[in-house]
Amino acid sequence: MGACLTLQTHTRTVDVLVIGGGTAGPMAAVKAKEANPELNVLLLEKANVKRSGAISMGMDGLNNAVIPGHATPEQYVKEITIANDGIVNQKTVMAYARNSFPMIEELDSWGVKFEKDETGDYAVRKVHHMGTYVLPMPEGHDIKRVLYRRLKRVRVDITNRLVATRLLTAPDGCIAGAMAFDCRTGDFHVIRAKTVILATGAAGRLGLPASGYLFGTYENPTNAGDGYSMAYHAGAELSGIECFQINPLIKDYNGPACAYVTGPLGGYTANNQGERFIECDYWSGQMMMEFYRELESGNGPVFLKLNHLAEETINTIENILHTNERPSRGRFHEGRGTDYRQQMVEMHISEIGLCSGHSASGVWVNEHAETTVSGLYAAGDLACVPHNYMLGAFVYGKIAGESAAAYCAQTPLAEIDQAQVELERTRVWAPLSRPDGLPPLQVEYKLRRMVNDYLQPPKVTRKMEIGLARFADIGQDLEHLSARDPHELMRALELHAIHDCAQMAARASLFRKESRWGLYHHRVDYPDTNDDEWFVHVQVKKIDDAMHCFKRPVEPYIVNLKELEKTAYQRMRIFKDAPADSPNQVGIESN
Amino acid sequence: MPTAFTVTSLPVRIDETLCIANKGCTVCVDVCPLDVLAIDFDKGKAYMKFDECWYCMPCEKDCPTGAVTVDIPYLLR
Repeated sequence: MGACLTLQTHTRTVDVLVIGGGTAGPMAAVKAKEANPELNVLLLEKANVKRSGAISMGMDGLNNAVIPGHATPEQYVKEITIANDGIVNQKTVMAYARNSFPMIEELDSWGVKFEKDETGDYAVRKVHHMGTYVLPMPEGHDIKRVLYRRLKRVRVDITNRLVATRLLTAPDGCIAGAMAFDCRTGDFHVIRAKTVILATGAAGRLGLPASGYLFGTYENPTNAGDGYSMAYHAGAELSGIECFQINPLIKDYNGPACAYVTGPLGGYTANNQGERFIECDYWSGQMMMEFYRELESGNGPVFLKLNHLAEETINTIENILHTNERPSRGRFHEGRGTDYRQQMVEMHISEIGLCSGHSASGVWVNEHAETTVSGLYAAGDLACVPHNYMLGAFVYGKIAGESAAAYCAQTPLAEIDQAQVELERTRVWAPLSRPDGLPPLQVEYKLRRMVNDYLQPPKVTRKMEIGLARFADIGQDLEHLSARDPHELMRALELHAIHDCAQMAARASLFRKESRWGLYHHRVDYPDTNDDEWFVHVQVKKIDDAMHCFKRPVEPYIVNLKELEKTAYQRMRIFKDAPADSPNQVGIESN
Repeated sequence: MPTAFTVTSLPVRIDETLCIANKGCTVCVDVCPLDVLAIDFDKGKAYMKFDECWYCMPCEKDCPTGAVTVDIPYLLR
C-alpha cells in the first residue's frame, strides 16, 4: 500500500515550536505567546490537542500543591529532596515550588475547579510522608477543555496528527527546528524554528504490562518516549534514567490505586490480612520497595482497602475515581465483580517506564527549563524535575514558554543542514517501501518483553548485559520494519524511540553501581547506597554516535536537611509491635 | 515472509443505528489519542480499525449520539 501513497514534503518556519499538546505543551505555547504576541508559535501534536496526553480525560487532583498556610516552598523542596534520596537539583524543585500557588490561582481563574472548604480556602489533604500538598479536583475532567479554550484565545497555531521524529540542529549544535510526519497521509514535514520546546510526556511504552496487552500501559501509550529519543539524538543530556518509574496499580487495570483520592477519606494499602504495612501511600521508590516486598511475601498480594468505609464515603470515592483520569475503572471492577463496599481490590506493580513527573528520569533541565542544547527547552513528564506531576508540568510549561520567548528575541533563525533532512526523510519513509518486512507490533512485543525480562528491578548486572545484547539484535530488526500505511508507520517509528529508551535504561542502570530510590534502582549485586561514590546525577549523552554515561555533581543545596530528616523515607514500614511513640513519625520544619 | 490474519476481539463497539458518520461526523476518530478509529466510507459508519486501545473513553464521552461503547480489552477483563 505504501506504493499507492503520493508522499510530499512540506517546509514551514516558526519562532517557537512546541512539540506535544498534552499538559506542559499547551501551557508553554500560551505563555510564549503571552510573553510576545508577535511570535509565531506552533503547537505540534501527535494525536489531537483536545484529548491528548496524560490528562486526556482530566485529573482527579493535584499531588504537589504548595499552598500558603498549608506548606512552604522550602518545606516542599525538603520533602522532594528526601523522597528522591538526595539526588536533586534543588533550584529546579524550588522554581516549581515558588510558582506552584500562582499557577493554581491562574488555572482557577481560567475555570479549572479545585476543591475548596466552606470558607473558600483550598481543601488541601495530607498524603505525603511529611508535608501537606494534595488538592482534590472532583470536577477535574474539564481540564483539557479549559486549556484548549486558552490556546484559541491567544491564537496559538495548532497542528494535529503530526509525529515529530528528530530535532534539527545547526552546525554549531544550536537547535534549528524539527522534523515530523503525518500519521494520516505519510507526508514529511520540516519545521524550522528559533527554539523548540519538548513536551512529549513519559516513555510509557517501555515495559510490557503483565496483561501482555501492548497498550494497557500506565502512561498514555501515545507517549512512547519520542522526546527522550529526540533529545538524545540532538545531543542533549538526559538524567536519572536509571531511576525508573514503577507505580502501584490495580492488578490488570492501568489505573492507580489512588491513595491520593482514597487516603484522605480513610482508604489504605493493605496486605492479605487487611493490615497496613506502610505508613505513607505517597509514591516513592522506598514506598514501592515496601510494596514489592509485601507483594512477594506470604502476606501478599497487596490490596486497596476501602470496605471498612461508610456508604457515603464510598459513593464519593466512586464518583471521583470513575469519572476522572481513568473513567473505565468502574467498568473493569464491574466485570470482575469487585465492589469497594465488599472486597478489597487486588493491586500489583506497573511495568517500568521513564517519567520525571513520577520519579526522576528525564531530559536534564535547569530552573529556566533549558536543556544542555542551546535553544532547546523541555517541560512536563519528560523534563528531569523529580516528582513534578501535573502541576509541575504546567509550571515548567510556563517557564519554558517564557524562556523560549526571551531566547527568540536575541537569536536569529538557524540555518538547517539539508543532509540531516535527507537522512531523516529516508529513515522515516523506509518502512513504507518494504512490503516484505517485519510487522511493527510483533517487534514491539518482543522488545518490551525483553525489557521486562532484563531490566525490571531487582536489577542484576549480568541480566542487563544480556538485555543490551538482545536490544542490539532487535536494533538490526528495526532496519527491516514494514508499514502498510501511515498509521503503521507511526508504530514503526515509535519503536525506534522505545529501542533508544531501552538502551538508555540499561546503560544508566549499569553505570550506577549502587542501590538507590528503593525499588526504582534496586541492584541486587550492589545492594547498598553508596553516597561516597554515587551522590551524583548519572547523565546519558550521545557523543560521537555512541551512548555515554557520566557523573554530574549535585549542586549545593539551597535548603539544608537535618540528619534525621534525610532518612525519613527509609522508615515507612509499619512494624506490628512498634511502640506508640514510634520514631517513624518525622515532622518537617517549615522554616 | 509468510504472514497471518489473526482474528482479535476489539474493545470499541459502534452502534451503527446511532452513528452519524454518514452525515460527516468524525468526533470519535478525531479525539482518539492512538488514532485507532476510522470511518468506513461505504457504510458511512465509524469502526475500530486497530487493536491499540487505552480504553480512555474520549470516543465514548464525546460522541454526540451515544453510539460508541468502550469495553475493557479482553486480555484485561
